[in-house]
Amino acid sequence: MPAIVVTLITIAVAVGAVLTTVAYLILLERKLSAWMQDRRGPNRVGPFGIFQPLADGLKFLLKEDVIPSEVDKTLFLLAPTISLFTTLLAFAVVPFGPVDQAPSFLRFIIAPGVDIGIVFIFAVTSLAVYGVILGGWASNNKYSALGSLRASAQVISYEIPLGMSVLGVALLNGTLNLENIARDQAIGGLWAWNIWTQPLAWLIFFTSALAESNRLPFDLSECEQELVGGYHTEYSAMKFALFFLGEYTHVITASFLSVILFFGAWHLPYIATPESAYAGAWLVKVLVILLKVFCVIVLIMMIRWTIPRFRFDQLMNLAWKALIPLSLANMIAVMCVLQFGWNKYWLGAISIGLFFLAGVIGVAAKRAEIRHRPAAIKLVGAHPVPSP
Amino acid sequence: MVAPTDNPDVIWVEEPEMGFWEATFLPAIVEGLKTTLKHVTNYQPVTQQYPEEKPKLPLHYRGVHRLNRDEKGRVKCVACMLCATACPANCITIEAAAAPPDWPDRDKFPASFVLDELRCIYCGMCEEACPVDAIELTHIYDLTGESRSALMYDKDKLLKVYDETKDDPRDPTRTRRGRLGPAADFSELPTVAPATPITPGDRSAKAESPGIIRPYEGSRDLPE
Ligand code: SF4
Ligand code: SF4
Repeated sequence: MPAIVVTLITIAVAVGAVLTTVAYLILLERKLSAWMQDRRGPNRVGPFGIFQPLADGLKFLLKEDVIPSEVDKTLFLLAPTISLFTTLLAFAVVPFGPVDQAPSFLRFIIAPGVDIGIVFIFAVTSLAVYGVILGGWASNNKYSALGSLRASAQVISYEIPLGMSVLGVALLNGTLNLENIARDQAIGGLWAWNIWTQPLAWLIFFTSALAESNRLPFDLSECEQELVGGYHTEYSAMKFALFFLGEYTHVITASFLSVILFFGAWHLPYIATPESAYAGAWLVKVLVILLKVFCVIVLIMMIRWTIPRFRFDQLMNLAWKALIPLSLANMIAVMCVLQFGWNKYWLGAISIGLFFLAGVIGVAAKRAEIRHRPAAIKLVGAHPVPSP
Repeated sequence: MVAPTDNPDVIWVEEPEMGFWEATFLPAIVEGLKTTLKHVTNYQPVTQQYPEEKPKLPLHYRGVHRLNRDEKGRVKCVACMLCATACPANCITIEAAAAPPDWPDRDKFPASFVLDELRCIYCGMCEEACPVDAIELTHIYDLTGESRSALMYDKDKLLKVYDETKDDPRDPTRTRRGRLGPAADFSELPTVAPATPITPGDRSAKAESPGIIRPYEGSRDLPE
């Protein structure tokens, strides 16, 4: 089959699947959050509410499309499209199956053989923040502008640990190409999964990815209590839906990356290995990677309803005082291991050690802060402060 | 005057010291995730599926009004205007007229009685004020109408509400006299339920004359 047809089929399948999945992920998220809060969730449209995404889509399409009079129209209309476009574009280099065992009509990656895969993803997804910034700026609304300011500060800060956490993996595997990283782990078997050598990097990656995609507990740019709706206060109907789709696509991409970089992509011992050659093996492998991605997404949703939103200074502290030094130390450890030819499984132990070190430093810092805090001012007379 | 810092009611709390595991965040997050998961695996929704499942209203629920009838099927109201006077929302309009000659037990009756259900705040003051228990609030809560005028309830509509609800166990006629009489005869008014549930620890329940709360004079110690 000519390559262009295969590419078109792959694009159609990938984009169609991503957008439908997003619709149903939203339903799943609403259901899950309802279960976590002992509610029932959407249950009116169809059995168990399974037609809710259709109803939502219809509503988004048919709703009045308000463009406030004082906005900068070009940027206002451009922002949501940038948001969705960049996140979808990042998906182009994400392999969603065993690339070298694909059937003839499909390819499991839209743009194969991109040697700078990881760099491409980070470059493109960090452009998504332009959607947020332009949207907030063009809205001509203080709250939107504040929301987009927060978003830009947050995304720029978390970009650093995100990139550095992945550098370790890239160094260990000797490539930035996602297909090769996936293949190397599959060939090496279960113990070649990068999570064994880079657990700390996964933690940093996962946290920063949450922050990058503006998910709770890092969704300060759209925090309702302080900013009305944040950067999308003025957006309604389909334009709002585009922002929403962009955010969810970002979550999907981040989950795929997490699985491909750290959890062996489509590899599962005994069931989906490079040697497994039974009929439909490629389908099983696709299902394996989808299942892993699904688990990560559910974890993200559970975290959403578990951890309350950070304060903005806490958010910045976490990035600059914890994640960035940790990811730097982790990267140096990887370099040392590679340079001196040590066994790479020492890295797992080093990760755990670094983690504990961070904990000890955190306690010490807090103690020092409490010690140097000014005491409460006594007003009239001595008041009995209960001794601790 | 006591300084705010010397007030024994003010409890001073110091920020607890952070331990090692707290500083690493992870155990707390895992603990939280476990709690979240427990709600999914042990799923016990408390939601009432409203249109299919009607709420169980307490007996003293205050919904749409009705005008009661006496044993002869006549409207009980004697157009004394007490409810209209008591109404804080000013939503009752009554036009009194001389009672027909074959109604010897009263002087007046309402020629028109209009209650604006949209303006009403459902406080129940009208029911409290009425000397002959003619106006009562029922349990009907799902009141809808297609226009404002449809929700201006006149005498006929209010009487119809009575006909619809009089046999409903949730809306007992709150008087046993069932007849008109001297308006001040309150010797035997049954209480169906107190308007507000009173807990035993409530100061107003312990007061010598119930309902009157004296200024508090006891010590300000926290109850044990
Ligand atoms: S319930 Fe209150 S507001 Fe409504 S008519 Fe009676 S007195 Fe007026
Ligand atoms: S208080 Fe009772 S009797 Fe008097 S006008 Fe109102 S409903 Fe009629």
